[in-house]
Amino acid sequence: MRERVVTMPFYPSKRTFVRQICLVAPVVFLAVIFHTIALAQTSSFLMPPAEFQAFDTPNDAGDSISLTWSTSPNDAPDVFYVVYIDKEKDGAFTVEAARIPSNSGYRTGVPEIYGYKKGNSNYHYVQIFPQKVFHSETSERNQTYYFKLAILADSTQIMLSTVASATAKGNWIDTKKINNFVIMVILCAIILHFIVHARRSPNMFLRKIAGLDAVDEALGRATEMGKPVLFVHGLTGMGSISTIAATSILGRIARKIADYDANLKVVNNDPIVMSVSQEVVKESYLEAGRPDAYNPDNVFLVASEQFPYVAAVGGIMTREKPAANFFVGYFYAEALILAETGASTGAIQIAGTDAYTQLPFFITTCDYTLIGEELYAASAYLSREPMLMGTLRAQDVGKGVLIIILILGTILASFGLEFITSLFVAV
Amino acid sequence: MRRDTNFFILIGTVGLFVLANIILMAFGKLPFSSDGFGIILGAGITLAIYSFLYQDNPAFKIAENLYVGVSLGYTIIITWFNFLKPDLYEPLIVPLFSSAAEKSPQYALLCPSLLGLFMLLRFSRKLSWLSRWTFAFVVGLGAGISIPRVISAFILQQIKPSLHPVFSGGETFLSSINTLIILLGVISVLIYFIFSVEHKGAIGKMSKIGIWFLMISFGASFGYTVMGRLSLLIGRIQFLLKDWLGILQ
Repeated sequence: MRERVVTMPFYPSKRTFVRQICLVAPVVFLAVIFHTIALAQTSSFLMPPAEFQAFDTPNDAGDSISLTWSTSPNDAPDVFYVVYIDKEKDGAFTVEAARIPSNSGYRTGVPEIYGYKKGNSNYHYVQIFPQKVFHSETSERNQTYYFKLAILADSTQIMLSTVASATAKGNWIDTKKINNFVIMVILCAIILHFIVHARRSPNMFLRKIAGLDAVDEALGRATEMGKPVLFVHGLTGMGSISTIAATSILGRIARKIADYDANLKVVNNDPIVMSVSQEVVKESYLEAGRPDAYNPDNVFLVASEQFPYVAAVGGIMTREKPAANFFVGYFYAEALILAETGASTGAIQIAGTDAYTQLPFFITTCDYTLIGEELYAASAYLSREPMLMGTLRAQDVGKGVLIIILILGTILASFGLEFITSLFVAV
Repeated sequence: MRRDTNFFILIGTVGLFVLANIILMAFGKLPFSSDGFGIILGAGITLAIYSFLYQDNPAFKIAENLYVGVSLGYTIIITWFNFLKPDLYEPLIVPLFSSAAEKSPQYALLCPSLLGLFMLLRFSRKLSWLSRWTFAFVVGLGAGISIPRVISAFILQQIKPSLHPVFSGGETFLSSINTLIILLGVISVLIYFIFSVEHKGAIGKMSKIGIWFLMISFGASFGYTVMGRLSLLIGRIQFLLKDWLGILQ
């Protein structure tokens, strides 16, 4: 009897096959995943962002367009995003509007648009100024611009098919500055209220300001000695608040000088300030009933540059030896030279400035110094006019409110409640 | 007698200065060229200005008048080339009167030009009142522009960094103390500048603390600025000793 030879088939059994597949498949799957990730990290496998949008930049003058797109797994310092711009939707898109490293330019950099959301770091953001890109002198109103985004690594560039478009439009209101506007409205309301209040009861209390009490003493001294009073303006023009305050004080001093029949000289650095000073002094002499005593030549321009002004005023102080010197306004490096020269002539000196860096020099060289806001309070103090007194009172109330906000805000911020802090963001 | 002495001191000083320059040029320390004369002029004016430290004298007066005159001439040139020519002459006057002009005249510039001309009418007694329109415009514009800027700079930008948490977990004890000192400083200085309340009692004490804070900050600012001024003096002395006399190398 022949032995039956049973040969094992070449193919494995079904069970073995399934077992082998189960072993190999995860290995292959993992290999594919790792290979894909590795490819994604190389320049030859660029994954462009999924979303790409353009919109008019809010709160601007209408000269920029904002672009935003989602991040890509390829984002790295040597991978770049390139934005191309065109005026036509079907254009060639050859003009490059922006190029940024793909690990920069996130929405987190513009909290005024996107706030402080956690997801902001998953989106890129750039601002395009089309006028600058096209080097055009005049802006083209209502021009729609089209954008295409490309991702670039080494020499490989992949351009998105998406075309984003936007039209730059100017905004009447900058919502980032709403807090500034609200504060202005509140302060105006407080000032108006206290002006009305001051008109009803004009005997408002004002604390003593030594520098201003000394004005009468200085003018009296000048009158007795028969020497002039020198009023020195700062270097800023009429747009500066300190110069406006200085001309207001000049008016009060000129009024008293007209009463005392003393001689006033006003030196100026700015022609417009000089003209305003002439008007102010003239009016003060008229108010005092002595228009004949006003001499326009006593209010004059010395020099329009800083140090020539100092040299000339120093010369005037040394030669004419005024009995009293007033330094009022905004001063720079000339403050010490002027005040030191004045002190060497033996004049009584009163300074008033809100220039923080120059105050120490005036304090050390002048007899009296009006520090910062005392300068603004001076005209109210000298004139006691209800309108100015009311304004001063309103400013004090404003300061009181700020003190309360500071204390409350600090306490709340310490407990993690920062809503008061967020109200005072300056742009 | 006093005047004669001063006169001889002045003549002697000028003579010494001239002699020093002749020697410097003779020995080749200063080049006999426009550069050399420029250095001599600079040194002479520097010394003339510094002579004011002794007392007022003719050399200082010459330097002072020269300085004022040069600055005025400089201002006129700057005004023409930086303002009048690009902002008025080229966009308005040239297109208005020249047929070869490429651009049409910008008539909007007539308004500011008129305001500028009104300023010159101050020389006329009858029409000088028109200059007040310009003043009103300049003062009103300046005040208007200043308001939001002042609110931003003096209120918003000051308050936000002051609203710092005293403790929020991450601070050290010393940084919390620092925050409290800053808060005390800001509040006390604000109280010092309140004018319509009498500075007595608690307000008076806080106001005095405010003065202390102010004076400490002024002292620091004084020292800082004096150091800056000293560097300016060193610069001038270096010019005299190095560029002029050639003593420093």
